[in-house]
Amino acid sequence: MNRRNFLAQSALTAAGSLMIPNFLKAYELSAMGTPLAPSGKILVIVQLSGGNDGLNTVVPYRNDIYYRERPTIAIPADKVLPLNDEIGLHPAMEPLRALYDDGLLTVINNVGYPNPDRSHFRSMDIWQTASDSSQYKTSGWVGRYLDSACAGKVQQPFRTIEVDDTLSLAMKGETLNGMSLLDPKKLYNQTRSKLITGLSHEHPDEHQSVAYLYKTLAETVSSADYVFEKTKQKHAVSGTTYPNHELGHRLHTVSQLIQSGLGTSVYYVSISGFDTHINQPGQQARLLGQYAEAVGAFMADLKGAGRQNDVMLMTFSEFGRRVKQNASNGTDHGTASNVFLIGGGLPSRRVLNEAPNLSKLTDGDLTYTVDFRQIYATLLHDYLGADDVAILGRSFEPLKLV
Amino acid sequence: MDTYEKNRQAQVRYLYSRAAFGATPAELTQAVEQPLRKTIRQLFHNSASVSDLIVVEPEQNQTRPVLRQLVRDGQLDKEMLRERIKQNAQKIRDLNLLWVDRMAAGSGALREKMALFWHGHFACRPSGQNALFMQQYINTIRRHALGKFSDLLMGVSKEPAMLQFLNNQQNRKNAPNENFAREVMELFTLGRGNYSEHDVKEAARAFTGWQYTPAGQFVFRERVHDEGDKTIFGKTGPFVGEDVIAALLANRQTARFVTSKLYRYFVNETEDKKRVDELADQFYKSGYDITDLMETMFGADWFYDARNVGAHIKSPVELLAGMRHTLGITFDQPQPQIFVQRTLGQTLFYPPNVAGWPGGRSWIDSSSLLFRMQLPAYVLKAAEVTIRPKEDGDVNTETLARKGGNNFRTTVDWPAFEGAFATVDDQKLTDAIAGALLPFALRPDQRTLIVSQAGTANDRSQRIRSLTVSIMALPEYQLS
Repeated sequence: MNRRNFLAQSALTAAGSLMIPNFLKAYELSAMGTPLAPSGKILVIVQLSGGNDGLNTVVPYRNDIYYRERPTIAIPADKVLPLNDEIGLHPAMEPLRALYDDGLLTVINNVGYPNPDRSHFRSMDIWQTASDSSQYKTSGWVGRYLDSACAGKVQQPFRTIEVDDTLSLAMKGETLNGMSLLDPKKLYNQTRSKLITGLSHEHPDEHQSVAYLYKTLAETVSSADYVFEKTKQKHAVSGTTYPNHELGHRLHTVSQLIQSGLGTSVYYVSISGFDTHINQPGQQARLLGQYAEAVGAFMADLKGAGRQNDVMLMTFSEFGRRVKQNASNGTDHGTASNVFLIGGGLPSRRVLNEAPNLSKLTDGDLTYTVDFRQIYATLLHDYLGADDVAILGRSFEPLKLV
Repeated sequence: MDTYEKNRQAQVRYLYSRAAFGATPAELTQAVEQPLRKTIRQLFHNSASVSDLIVVEPEQNQTRPVLRQLVRDGQLDKEMLRERIKQNAQKIRDLNLLWVDRMAAGSGALREKMALFWHGHFACRPSGQNALFMQQYINTIRRHALGKFSDLLMGVSKEPAMLQFLNNQQNRKNAPNENFAREVMELFTLGRGNYSEHDVKEAARAFTGWQYTPAGQFVFRERVHDEGDKTIFGKTGPFVGEDVIAALLANRQTARFVTSKLYRYFVNETEDKKRVDELADQFYKSGYDITDLMETMFGADWFYDARNVGAHIKSPVELLAGMRHTLGITFDQPQPQIFVQRTLGQTLFYPPNVAGWPGGRSWIDSSSLLFRMQLPAYVLKAAEVTIRPKEDGDVNTETLARKGGNNFRTTVDWPAFEGAFATVDDQKLTDAIAGALLPFALRPDQRTLIVSQAGTANDRSQRIRSLTVSIMALPEYQLS
């Protein structure tokens, strides 16, 4: 059975069921390509897993304390790529400095949260759920954005997509989930078995758990189908060459998805390996280099497509690392770090706030001055046009990004 | 099979799926022939004794501080240090796999099922890759899993793994750390909203001195204990940790909180308030007798109500252990079982946070559902696995999961499984297998699909295998 027949037949057989017809109706109405965010803007989140050392990423190259505390791993001042008189980027991040020069990069220093937790899993949980450090939430902030943006409307998991095989907590809402796919064709193939397409017709609703499973399955199959069809029609034509590594591939996929006009508002991507307890310099340089290269290609691609003002890329890590290096040429788990915002039509060349104050540490760690939820609130409200208070559970003072 | 037998089989299948990790067709056949009460008693009887999970001997265990000292003394170089830390992490993986083996083994499954519940309730992750501490912790849970909740609570609260995880080693007179006291109230006993911040602060003072030795012994260190008077729940005295635990157990809210959680896990996520109140009352009056409470639940008519059957979404470990037990599966290389746990979001000994796994619908999203539906093919047909779980950021755990993740070579006890259907007519075969595996009867359209999947295999054995893979791939197989 081809897609059209499948859809037509599903729409017929599904009459009377509450969940699937809405979804299919939306498909038939081609409402799916319409942007979810009233602003029409797209947010791309890049998570650096493992706790990226922010001090060696945005380097305070005029600060004696920095060089004193890091005798063997500090980035020499003459190697730094200066952003201003105080701070500069890690030398491996040349493509990022180019974006800064083009007025596309905003650096936010000292981002963290009260009572920081130095455990990877817990701190990642906090960033993904946007909870307090003493609070446990079972839904993620992007998932709750989906809940909020789709409230009372058709259910469309592809509105927030994680380019991966599995779905992060960040993407799981209270009632809706985003979807994950490493590439549209792979997911499409996964849903093409006779058993799965055969079952996605079914929609028994006599039992809540059964109904939930079939609803999830139907949405997955339809979304996989929709995303595949869309991306098949339109190929990115910019000719941008992406670097040949995982993040490069994933951002390439994000760009293809954006350019195919899916109507997805948030994309989520992660890269791991930043847990640099030993021999940090080589490892971090390699990863930051990959990051900058991939982001550089991504932004060039979007520029070519005339979309760089519609897409903002945000990068964060679950925590930064200790100011003082350890005995193994590495760093241990710390607290505040930096967040990058790239593109999105922001004004040019900015470092949003002061550099870290290395003479005013808390137990040897940086003291945060910006709560990461202020950034979320600002992006949700000012950029995506969403109800930040409902999504984050309370109000956070917005940042003046514009 | 007549209607009476079918109903009885459905009841027994359901009981085994909740009070154990599913049943083999042979177990079902046997249980159908006896009163339900006898089957329930048998489940408890088979779980009466317990033997520890052992992957590391106490004298072999080298904690991180010990290893660091060896480095300082020049007995270990950096490379060897890294190797040792990795070996410790591998021991925790071995403990995980050994425990899954016990779950899948069948006999004693009720105890392991309870222990899995308690592991989520008393959520704990290894700090510093200390395998010995995790081994002690899980064996304490398994030992008391069907005993008195009071013993379980006290035992787990004094486990080095827990004291370490909740930072009670840093809880000292003049430098309190309230983490442990708070979680004991919020997560282990009363639940949020049933104590004050003041109670937490004062209880934390009572828990000062609850520490452990590197060898894994609980110790009370008087030096760091705050001997002053504390006021907790309106009573004042020079309380120690044991007094706090006793006060928490004396509070009926503890019975209510724990019973409610057990009900939601073993019966239905949607709580029946009146029923839980009654059960909690009984639990309290019995002196927190867990066996007594669970026997009442499994024996009650309402336990078998249609709205409860099939309402529970299996956790990844329940799914894995259940599949293994029902089909007598052994993995040639056990590593893929960690891969499955990670991909589906439930790695034993690595709960997401102190609140444990949220469970229910949170297990299911687009990718996890597709993976779950493909799992039978991976496990039973060694189909190629093309997906990869996310890395968790921690340099120490990342190396573990990568290797051999997708090498699903297994041995299945097909003769035993097929044998149980030897006398079933060909026409009835599909429904008979479904009856042993699913909480609901197949709908006609499902049956047609399943049968068409099995193709034209004339060989009965091939046919049974193919039907089983397809039936296990149904969304309904995710439910118990």
